[in-house]
Amino acid sequence: MSSTPALNRRSLAWAAILLATLAVAPLWLPSYPLVTLTRILVFALLAVSLDVLVGYTGLPSLGHGAYFGAGAYAAGWVAIHMTQSATLTLLVASASGAAAAAIAGSVAVRAQGVFFLMLTLALGEMAHQLAESWQEVTGGSNGLYGIPAVHLGTIVLLSARAVYWWVLSTFVSGVAVLGCVAASPFGETLRGIRDNEGRMRALGYRVYHYKLAAFILSGAFAGMAGGLLATHQRLVTPADGGLGTSTLALFAVIIGGEASLSGACLGAALVVLIRDSLGASLGGRGPLVLGVVFVAVVYLLPSGLAGALRPAWRR
Amino acid sequence: MTTLSCVGLCRQFGALRAVDGVDLVLPEGSRHALIGPNGAGKSTLFRLLAGGLRPSAGRIFLDGGDITHLAETRRAQLGIGQTFQHSSLFLSMAASENIRLAAQRSLGRPWWPLPCSFPTVRERVEQLLGAVGLSGRGEAPVASLSHGERRQLEVAVALATRPRVLLLDEPAAGLSPAETARLSELIAGLPRDVALLFVEHDLDLVFRLATQVTVMHLGAVLMQGTPEEVRVSPEVQAAYLGTGQREDLFLPREPE
Repeated sequence: MSSTPALNRRSLAWAAILLATLAVAPLWLPSYPLVTLTRILVFALLAVSLDVLVGYTGLPSLGHGAYFGAGAYAAGWVAIHMTQSATLTLLVASASGAAAAAIAGSVAVRAQGVFFLMLTLALGEMAHQLAESWQEVTGGSNGLYGIPAVHLGTIVLLSARAVYWWVLSTFVSGVAVLGCVAASPFGETLRGIRDNEGRMRALGYRVYHYKLAAFILSGAFAGMAGGLLATHQRLVTPADGGLGTSTLALFAVIIGGEASLSGACLGAALVVLIRDSLGASLGGRGPLVLGVVFVAVVYLLPSGLAGALRPAWRR
Repeated sequence: MTTLSCVGLCRQFGALRAVDGVDLVLPEGSRHALIGPNGAGKSTLFRLLAGGLRPSAGRIFLDGGDITHLAETRRAQLGIGQTFQHSSLFLSMAASENIRLAAQRSLGRPWWPLPCSFPTVRERVEQLLGAVGLSGRGEAPVASLSHGERRQLEVAVALATRPRVLLLDEPAAGLSPAETARLSELIAGLPRDVALLFVEHDLDLVFRLATQVTVMHLGAVLMQGTPEEVRVSPEVQAAYLGTGQREDLFLPREPE
């Protein structure tokens, strides 16, 4: 497996072409596919944030929906009660995701392997229960509805196009930031912990602090993705932050190939397309197809979609 | 000047006293070998000194300060470097990245969240690659290195943090004679202010490099002395070099 950060010229060129295509997509795409694309971008940002934890730090979290949900509820609540500024709601969403991750992470990152997985799952379920039962703030099982459209300066993000562009630009900035972090000395430290935690300790690294920092960073961007969800869906339900979301995000990361941000995006796109588009035309058998795809990817492409697409000389 | 020392160090696993009242003093710049049959407690003693294991009793000092209760991470920051009996490297990374991770901790800013490379770290990595005979192999993934090359890389990784005390656990295990010779040269060329404690079964290497030898047997120190004294000691020959009865290796000797 190549460990060099994917910031070389060739992948930058591909990213630029893809970005240009995504930027002009609303000009020719009808509104339903555009909404699906928006959903893919939101989910991809969640998957990328999770990949920082799973792929780079080696911490498989099964409760990442909680931080996504925390961001979504926070953004929705702020938009209803305080301000409709798009940037402010997004910042609050991010901060909420980070705060929730800081609390959960300070407990979870002390554990290893399966114990970590189970702890994140339990903490995620607790968050889900909180969303169900804290009527006054979350609206309980009805969800938080009636979230107003947010505005960016004087532009109200009402049309599918406007929302899409806002989501796209946030997604791009989010992925760019996480890509930079992954290629930084900090990212290298995280990969060292993933490869050999004991050795890192013997080298004098304070492993706990780095793991917690990765957890909080990941939570912040999951929260940001949640903020985007609240903005485009204008409704947040407990299921948005539940186990289903957590599992699908982990699916996306593994299908895409761990420790590859572009892979996580591809995985997210595949998951959303199968669940929402293909699933609808198959009479609701999307999850079944997802399961089959997952098994096939694990057996046929051990390093995920990104591994399969990587040129042979880099494998 | 003493760098690392321990007094009455013990570690029990159930009824087994793996390390039993060991006193050891490593002066600055010393070249100290630790020998003894398998199961003598050498690796356990290493883990106690480096902080991977907590002692059941006894104290450990670094530069006169008590470090008995400090965690492994903190001890590493204070200058204890180590290599392990079994290679412990970062397998998904290239050789140079392994050294860089170690060098970055002390020379760079390992928490810096934007892409950058520290010139002092880069220099150190190049210098260490050369020092352990891996120049030109920096880009090779660890997975493709030979066993001998990995042992050399281990030493480079341990040296990259600029330790003041270096603990090498069987650095020459499984090396070819040519590789052993190179490793021996590397160890002989270590900076004089680094105190070195190493476990080794290759007695030629031990007698060539060490100025002090400690022989362990059944968790306790059997004898301590210069390589010459150890070589001629009948006790050591009985316990370790193999002229005694085999059961002597496993039974505690009767108090005389």
